Amino acid sequence: MKESFWKKPAVQTLISSLICIAAGLFVGFIILSIINPSGSFKAITTILGNFLTRSSGPAKLKAFGNTLAKTAPLLMCALSVCFCYKVGLFNIGAAGQYEAGACAALFCAIGLKLPWFVCLIAAACAGAVLGALSGFLKAYRNVNEVISGIMLNWITLYTANTILSNPSVKDPASPYTQGLASANPKGLLPTLGMEGLFANNKYVTLAIPLAVLIAVAIWVVLEKTKFGYELRATGFNKEASRYAGMKEKQNIIVTLAIGGALAAVGAAFLFLSGYQQWATTQTSVPGMGFNGIAATFLGGLSPIGTIFSSYFIQSITDGGALINRSLYPAEISDLISAVIIYLCGFVLFFKTVMNARIAKSEEKKAKKAEGGNA
Amino acid sequence: MVLLLQYTIIFASVLMLVALGGCFSEHSGIINLGLEGIMVIGALGGALAMNLLPAGTSGFVMVFVTAIAAVVFGVLYSCLLGVAAIRFKADQTLIGTAMNMLATAAATVFVSAYNASKNPDNTSSTLQYISQKNAFIVRIGGFEFNWFMLLAVILLAVSWFVLYRTRFGLRLQACGENPQAADSVGINVYKMRWSGVLISGALGGLGGIVYILAGVSEWKFEVGVAGFGFLALAVMIFGQWKPTKIALAALLFGFFRALSNVYTGFSFLAGLGIPSTVYNMMPYIISLIILAFTSKNSKAPKAEGIPYDKGMR
Repeated sequence: MKESFWKKPAVQTLISSLICIAAGLFVGFIILSIINPSGSFKAITTILGNFLTRSSGPAKLKAFGNTLAKTAPLLMCALSVCFCYKVGLFNIGAAGQYEAGACAALFCAIGLKLPWFVCLIAAACAGAVLGALSGFLKAYRNVNEVISGIMLNWITLYTANTILSNPSVKDPASPYTQGLASANPKGLLPTLGMEGLFANNKYVTLAIPLAVLIAVAIWVVLEKTKFGYELRATGFNKEASRYAGMKEKQNIIVTLAIGGALAAVGAAFLFLSGYQQWATTQTSVPGMGFNGIAATFLGGLSPIGTIFSSYFIQSITDGGALINRSLYPAEISDLISAVIIYLCGFVLFFKTVMNARIAKSEEKKAKKAEGGNA
Repeated sequence: MVLLLQYTIIFASVLMLVALGGCFSEHSGIINLGLEGIMVIGALGGALAMNLLPAGTSGFVMVFVTAIAAVVFGVLYSCLLGVAAIRFKADQTLIGTAMNMLATAAATVFVSAYNASKNPDNTSSTLQYISQKNAFIVRIGGFEFNWFMLLAVILLAVSWFVLYRTRFGLRLQACGENPQAADSVGINVYKMRWSGVLISGALGGLGGIVYILAGVSEWKFEVGVAGFGFLALAVMIFGQWKPTKIALAALLFGFFRALSNVYTGFSFLAGLGIPSTVYNMMPYIISLIILAFTSKNSKAPKAEGIPYDKGMR
């Protein structure tokens, strides 16, 4: 008998993710309605529509480009979380690795005036070192990676603020780092002529196709190579993989180092596009790493699914900034993302229910078929 | 010096309350990584109570109602963890993380809307409680005694008693060590785990309100509680899941957190010329180092983090 369409794991994952999104948006809509019922429908469509709600064609394209420019770093953070989760590690330290990447990239680009590819490599190294530190603590000192990750997020935040406050990097007149375009144009990521497609949006850079390529590469490594198989085996059962001759401690460190490099390159993708400057006075951990967790789980823990979920999360975040701010707070988008992650915890339950339903209907069919034969 | 002592004790109280909360939850078998979020929501409940009580409220009523509000908000919020982790066997790390993100976002949205409803031009996420704060404080010389310090000590004694001297506490611990065995002698594991989670919600919520009353008289809900829930988890691990050791660990961590508030008052510390960011990082660095040296022989409850399934053996 042919396997039912509804039984395919990919289909079930997609349905579960759509349920999470629908429920998250519904909760958001209810809250908007409680705050102010008259504008809530318009607000929720603005959040969903994002750039489509802009007035003219070029403005739409430009806003679309901005969302894409921010999707690339988010996708990298999500890939970092996703890669580590496949090995059984919850990389909440992605936010700190992201900070380390931003710090290294900006210091190399503005302070040392190095070209962009050197800055990218520096960022990857900084993130990898930080990730490996978490991995070492986990493998050899039995420190839960979630706790060490959170501690390192804060330590790195203050370290980055201190390093980037150096007069060779910081703008003397503001708390921000100097603008990259004027300080060191060589440090900007190349746009490969893509800005022409997005109404001259110069933030649309190499980062976007590169992030998608890396997502595909991560999928290939995890699913099609011996290395990836070993890592996943370690995540599935540490003891069994050790008995099978795999070096489980080394695998933990390598995994978090790769995860760290991914998140850090994500930060470089954002800050080397010149879209944003680092505020050296910031006292909260940037949300990019945490949104990466949302994108990972919404993407059904698949690197490919993550591409789409990252875009969705970034799009509703940007859409949230466009709603009528005198009526509603922009954080409503964060709230929707958080509800979606919470609901992702129920995905296993959704799938169980779906499978039970399918089994029931198949049983009925089988009975009917039997009845027909008799 | 008095100021350092005062801040050490108040921060230690916060850490101890929240760590005790984590302790109850983990002894029942549920890892509560959402403590950070529970603190935010508890702080929100307490701050709202202070804001809504009329100006002439007596000190005792103010303290009592604020504490109750924080506890109720914390307990209600911890139900999110209970439903997901106990009823639906969800991944506890994921749910805890989601709760932390949700708490900050929800509190920000709520306070902004609340402020805007009073004054359309004010869409900030800050709540003030300057005059209300006095109800919590008794000045003894230069030392500001906070009633919550006393409450923390009482709750420490109660927690110790409940965990080690009552039938409930011992049964709770059994559910975190070996739920199958506990079930086989007639203990309802699900009920015990619910109790653990709800108690952690109450203590976490209380910790939240104490935190935002420590040294400041307004709170911007956008910033959450700056990783304090996780510091409390570090305190709990360092305290080996035992109330008395948790209290000592909380004092140590509280001291380093207090240093970053008051180091400028010590001429020899200020004279060292160490940048303020180093003091800001101190509690996190210390906790990381301590964990690195103490986690090897972890005394964690054996079944924590594993959803309990009656059918599994």
